[in-house]
Amino acid sequence: MGKTLYEKVWEAHAIRELPDGRTQLFIDLHLIHEVTSPQAFAMLKERGLKVAFPHRTFATVDHIVPTDDRTEPFKDPLAQAMLEALRKNTAEHSIPFFDLKSGRQGIVHVIGPELGLTQPGFTIVCGDSHTSTHGAFGAIAFGIGTTQVRDVLATQTVAMQKLKVRRIEVNGRLLPGVTAKDVILHVIRTLGVKGGIGYAYEYAGEVIEQMSMDERMTVANMSIEGGARIGYMNPDETTFAYLKGRPYAPKGEDWERAVAEWRALASDPDARYDDRVELRGEEIPPTVTWGVHPGQSAPVDGRVPDPADFPEAERAQVEDALRYMKLRPGQKLSDVRVDVAFLGSCTNARLSDLRLVARYLEGRRVAKGVRALVVPGSQLVAEAAEREGIADVFRAAGFEWRAPGCSMCLAMNPDRLVGDELAISSSNRNYKGRQGSPTGRTVLASPLTVAASAVAGHIADPREVFGMGGEDAAD
Amino acid sequence: MPPIKRIEGRAVPIRGRDIDTDRIVPARFLKTVTFDELGEALFFDERYDEKGNPKDHPLNDPRYAGARIMLVEAGFGSGSSREHAPQAIKRAGFSALVGESFAEIFFGNATQIGLVAVTVSPEDLGYLFALVERAPETELVIDLERMELQAGDRAIPVFLPEAVREAFLEGRYDPLEVLLEAMDRVRAMDEARAAPGKPGRYR
Repeated sequence: MGKTLYEKVWEAHAIRELPDGRTQLFIDLHLIHEVTSPQAFAMLKERGLKVAFPHRTFATVDHIVPTDDRTEPFKDPLAQAMLEALRKNTAEHSIPFFDLKSGRQGIVHVIGPELGLTQPGFTIVCGDSHTSTHGAFGAIAFGIGTTQVRDVLATQTVAMQKLKVRRIEVNGRLLPGVTAKDVILHVIRTLGVKGGIGYAYEYAGEVIEQMSMDERMTVANMSIEGGARIGYMNPDETTFAYLKGRPYAPKGEDWERAVAEWRALASDPDARYDDRVELRGEEIPPTVTWGVHPGQSAPVDGRVPDPADFPEAERAQVEDALRYMKLRPGQKLSDVRVDVAFLGSCTNARLSDLRLVARYLEGRRVAKGVRALVVPGSQLVAEAAEREGIADVFRAAGFEWRAPGCSMCLAMNPDRLVGDELAISSSNRNYKGRQGSPTGRTVLASPLTVAASAVAGHIADPREVFGMGGEDAAD
Repeated sequence: MPPIKRIEGRAVPIRGRDIDTDRIVPARFLKTVTFDELGEALFFDERYDEKGNPKDHPLNDPRYAGARIMLVEAGFGSGSSREHAPQAIKRAGFSALVGESFAEIFFGNATQIGLVAVTVSPEDLGYLFALVERAPETELVIDLERMELQAGDRAIPVFLPEAVREAFLEGRYDPLEVLLEAMDRVRAMDEARAAPGKPGRYR
């Protein structure tokens, strides 16, 4: 009987079984940021412990950084204090820190891969649930709490229960205007926001194999929105080509040996899965959310659902969501006006996202009354986008071109919704109050749909706005 | 760590499926380098309007003041890995959650700080909600040795993974001491496995 990648990586990192039946798991790469690490350093100090393997922890600052005026001290003294705490903690424990002036700062799940820190077969943790993103490389990557951040700093291990594995195959091909974001929103709608509890998701099939690394990261990123703490793809030539030459990737002879080892990590053809699901790429529409969790979604050319069409147990929840979103059952989604368009976050702020949008945005303008922001995922992404002229396309179209960070995905910095503004957003969470206003409304969508809606002034189908009928549309 | 065997107290009913960690602690309250003040942030935007006036919410209802147990619905704690969520619940005076299912990261974070999160059947949960909404003064007892919840004259079975139950009973739900025992083996694995940016030692 063959093994899944998950089992192989797990076994290669198991230090021992703990008395309570969990496994003590070695962590290859630990990423930290300013929000979930300061308490962990304080706990370490309290117990008189040091960081055991500082060469395996890397830090950046992303959640609280302003994306316009970065002059220090920041206007928000709490944000400044968090940055200072991270500077002090990383300096004291000799942890590399990609600070604002490093040229490499960015969203933690964007910089890990682009610097080559993220590698196949690694175990990767971060005090951040979107750590699942790194699974796109065939890594076992998951979010942890702050007490576990302390455990990793002190021991480079965590106590973990092994998960079941569900293989999700997406076969066939995607239609024009359909992107990786639509694929994962469709997966979550199909399997539910609790469907992944207890599972690691293995994404496979023709559609996934055809995806670039950026696209795979978009899919793996939102595993957690489907309840799965881990999501991964088997590494292949696309993975190796992406990593080759990255600053922290293996070099020379090490590279050859690494690739040989990585190849052997992929799930065996006769591996046993705890569950299998197959989806067809052709059946996936451009998808947007209408509710207050990422599973409450519909095709962009569809209508707001009627609570009466849901099982009785879910009806109250759907009614509550529509009340909050100020949407009527049966209303066409394309009739919903947008106040803000946000293009950013660890889900969709990589160079290929911006390239794709810029290609269609050229020569178009953001509709009057829409505030449109693009927040690149990292300083390296921003620099490349400037070089390629992409930033200028966005500016010319009326988008505000900002500096990298998490920004309005969770609004811990000054970028936020006001009152009950409605944002069409390329981020990952549409929870109540998520984008900084307790009554603010979020509609999750692909970068293309965000751009189309920004141009139209209402939720809009990118196929219509951008005339994407052809075969070569969204690649 | 003291063992946790029994939790006694009144319960507050928090209705709603798939309550996410952004609702438990809105992101703006994460702008802190400690967990100390988080009790105040618990369900803030559900409890107060934009002017800071209290809204109609069980946590603002004096009949539930001093409750130590929180009743919740399916999918509680979904979303972010922020430990701030269970920390806020604990610091607001709660020792246990009783629900139908919990998001995975939330459950792990709660367990590690000694906040007990047990599940009961949907029928039993419905009974408990009705009971404490009708009679907020009802004292509940969660007994982890017998895996039972006493509510009025009913004994309701509660569920926890066995390893977690034992960890509570034996007072070792925080694993750090145990993890530190194996540092020789950890050092050997650090040597054997490549680290990013370091020359590899691929076997």
